[in-house]
Amino acid sequence: MSEAHPLLQACDVTRILPAEVPVTLVRDIDLTVEKGEFLSVTGPSGSGKSSLLYLLGLLDVPTSGEVLIDGEHTSGLDADALAALRLKKIGFVFQFHFLLPEFSVMENVMLPMRRLGELSHPEIESRAAGLLDDLDMASQMKKRPDQLSGGQRQRAAIARALANDPALILADEPTGNLDTKNSQIVQEIFARLVSEQGRTVIAVTHEESFARSTPRNVYLVDGKIARDERR
Amino acid sequence: MFWRVGIDIAMAQLTNRRRQTLVSVLGVALGVGFFVATSSIMSGSEKDFVDRLVNNAPHITIKDEFRNPAQQPVFSVFPDGAVALSHTKPREYLRGIKNYGAKVEELSQKPGVIAEAALTGQVIVRYANKDVSASIAGIDPEKERQLTKVETDMKEGSLTRLRTTADGIVIGRGMATRLGLQLDDLATVISPTGLVKPMKVVGIFYMGNLLLDEGQVYVLLKNAQVLLDKPFIANQIRIRLPDPNTAETVAAQLEGRWVYRSDSWQEVNRDILGLFVIRNAITYSIVGAIMVVASFGIFNIISTVVLEKRRDIAILMSMGFRSADIQRIFLIQGVLVGVLGMLLGWTVGLALLQILASIKFTVPGMTDRQGFVLDYSFTQFAIGGFFSVVSAVGAAWYPARKAAKVRPVEIIRGAA
Repeated sequence: MSEAHPLLQACDVTRILPAEVPVTLVRDIDLTVEKGEFLSVTGPSGSGKSSLLYLLGLLDVPTSGEVLIDGEHTSGLDADALAALRLKKIGFVFQFHFLLPEFSVMENVMLPMRRLGELSHPEIESRAAGLLDDLDMASQMKKRPDQLSGGQRQRAAIARALANDPALILADEPTGNLDTKNSQIVQEIFARLVSEQGRTVIAVTHEESFARSTPRNVYLVDGKIARDERR
Repeated sequence: MFWRVGIDIAMAQLTNRRRQTLVSVLGVALGVGFFVATSSIMSGSEKDFVDRLVNNAPHITIKDEFRNPAQQPVFSVFPDGAVALSHTKPREYLRGIKNYGAKVEELSQKPGVIAEAALTGQVIVRYANKDVSASIAGIDPEKERQLTKVETDMKEGSLTRLRTTADGIVIGRGMATRLGLQLDDLATVISPTGLVKPMKVVGIFYMGNLLLDEGQVYVLLKNAQVLLDKPFIANQIRIRLPDPNTAETVAAQLEGRWVYRSDSWQEVNRDILGLFVIRNAITYSIVGAIMVVASFGIFNIISTVVLEKRRDIAILMSMGFRSADIQRIFLIQGVLVGVLGMLLGWTVGLALLQILASIKFTVPGMTDRQGFVLDYSFTQFAIGGFFSVVSAVGAAWYPARKAAKVRPVEIIRGAA
């Protein structure tokens, strides 16, 4: 059965923020993402790009509708079960690196693996070193986040997102804080994760060039999918 | 698998704010330290005092008096009658405990029990034209030695010399100084009945209590009986028990049986023992207040960390840490501060105890300088440590819960 499931499926997902005047973040989203896809999400600001990403990444819970990961229903799951799914199956990259300032780059990358606890400590160390080496960060491993450049920090954050070998990488404006050169590097890394490692990457961005480089682009307007293009 | 990484994160966040952590640890440590020191003084002096009560005086004293006046016969004949009597003259009893010899004999049969018949009264001791009034106790030196600490407090001579000397008397050092008496001098003892008896000083004690040192003398029971003109009479039976804690019940039994008023050391010192309860309550509430203040410090630092670390909390959650993990990370910080505070507090406490042990002072009523009696038992260290960890975890509880309720989406959205 399992081979028939898409990696990620959003069925009629709507998210309304309860308030005196309820705010609709996204409405009636139907989206299917297969394993190995590279997808960019674009749209004007306030169109619900990031909100959609948080819903797909199980950080937020839809008001109605459902998100399925690997064919697994998530609507009935409690917060702990969602956290467990995030830990194993999803890696997040945000606009800001969000590395813990008290820990070295290496230790930051090790955190998710240590929380999962499936590998022994030496295994975790060598995997973290491998991930960082892969992203050309071998020489920065022992440094603290505040000793790195913006591009290096973002690469460290990507390494951390890859720590538990998730099938799905969700990136929220990953190049938003980077200069053109570093932005290019990050985009290339994502492309490589898809082409070489078969991962699925969904990236929210407002950069035209980034959006154009991905094989599939979803364009949101007012919380709805206006276009879903494959190139 | 959470614990090792959770403790690492907690430690990292604490060590990153070293100064604030140190301040809150110091707050707890001072609380614990002062608790250890004060409760050591309190419990030390209490133990010392109770010790003295128990060892310096008989555990039970049976006296030749009755707790309640005897009931008029008319009341026992008509228990339900409307009888009233007023201005009745109480019957006069011959003072003294009847048949005290048999009673002492019987009490002494029990293992570990020491019983002694004694006669007490008032006399005047005169020497070189100076008079000092004194309480006189006619005793059995052999038993008195075991009943009280007079023998160990003897500075010159001894109690047992009372036996070997005809008309010997043991006096306190205060009286000896006032009258200019020295060992083996002949003092004149004058009784209320007018009897004048020269007696030889065979012992001088020093208890450190002005009242006793100046106003207590010991003679043989038979000499007291002669002096006070109460032949074959004893007005006290003094008893020492193997277990002082049973004194109250034993006294009640004896009184029930012989009717004579029987005072246990607890009853005699009830007010003082009650005072200790109040004193302990005061100690604990003051220390409690210190710990509350200290826990505000902990609350403060952990609240600050939670506020400042909202992004880190959010990223940890997005990574797959559960709410409970986050809460634990901050509770661990509370525990760490509490445990560090406890260890440092024990050191502070020990240091304070060293200082206190070196202090000497004079207590009014006592004649020589003395120090605090300190109780070094582990109990107060344990209680202080328990307080510190509990208050630290308690203080961390609320901020930790707040941290667990952080919604990562809001933080990440806000940061972007």
